[in-house]
Amino acid sequence: MDLGLVNVFPPTPLNLIGGLLLVAGTAFLLLGGLGLVRMPDLFNRIQAGTKATTLGTLLSLGGIGCLRPDWSLKLLLIGLFILFTNPLSSQVLARSAHRLGSKKSPLTRVDRLAEDNGEAP
Amino acid sequence: MLPLFAILFPLWVALNGTLAPDVLIAGLIATLVIAAGFRDSLSPLTEFRATPAALWAVPLYLLYFLRELVRSNLRLAAVILSPKLPLNPGIVKVRTRLKSRMGRLLLANSITLTPGTLTVELQDDWLYVHWVRMETDDSDEATARIVAGFERYLEVIYG
Repeated sequence: MDLGLVNVFPPTPLNLIGGLLLVAGTAFLLLGGLGLVRMPDLFNRIQAGTKATTLGTLLSLGGIGCLRPDWSLKLLLIGLFILFTNPLSSQVLARSAHRLGSKKSPLTRVDRLAEDNGEAP
Repeated sequence: MLPLFAILFPLWVALNGTLAPDVLIAGLIATLVIAAGFRDSLSPLTEFRATPAALWAVPLYLLYFLRELVRSNLRLAAVILSPKLPLNPGIVKVRTRLKSRMGRLLLANSITLTPGTLTVELQDDWLYVHWVRMETDDSDEATARIVAGFERYLEVIYG
């Protein structure tokens, strides 16, 4: 079975780039997790937790693509799949949360949607 | 249903990485059923304007989108890492000139994908956008900052 193991010694330039991309991608994913903990309300959490990770995932996929060039077509398709599905799920989550009156952080200054719906801000 | 099939079937072949007859037949049946089931739904080719200007706008749009993605990710990363957590959240109302359904879908998705802005609701010509660091609560001003960049390209591609 192909486990995707790559022998990186001695490292080639492509392997090095792939490794760096993976590290950068992981850093963004870590920041997304940190944002999930630090953000005050659901809307800000969606922003940090699900979307700051978009770039992290794309960078990671790019890094894997450099390490395993034979997988690049599939990785590209996975990346496109994420780009199309990730925003939809975030949007549906945010919309349902707003309709259900999810509590907003007291920092929130303006809510035009609630105003237009005739709710108290 | 043909546009959806034209996307799904090559996707199946690419993901399987083989042209074996049994795989092709299974994929043909599966993608035809899906394409028939969702024939009234949108696909990236719905309302696509196949003019030279539109075809040229597609790579420009992708480049602009990727640049915004990187920039806003860095900006949001700075917010998350800052000890004071400098937030200024708000839900602003922006207006779109796009008339096509696919154009609006991609606009809403692009706004959501660039961190810092999140489309919460779409009503008629208005999008309600949650903004982590709100720069303005004025509709016209917010439209110029959030929507205009993407709209410039999507207008040419989908109208």
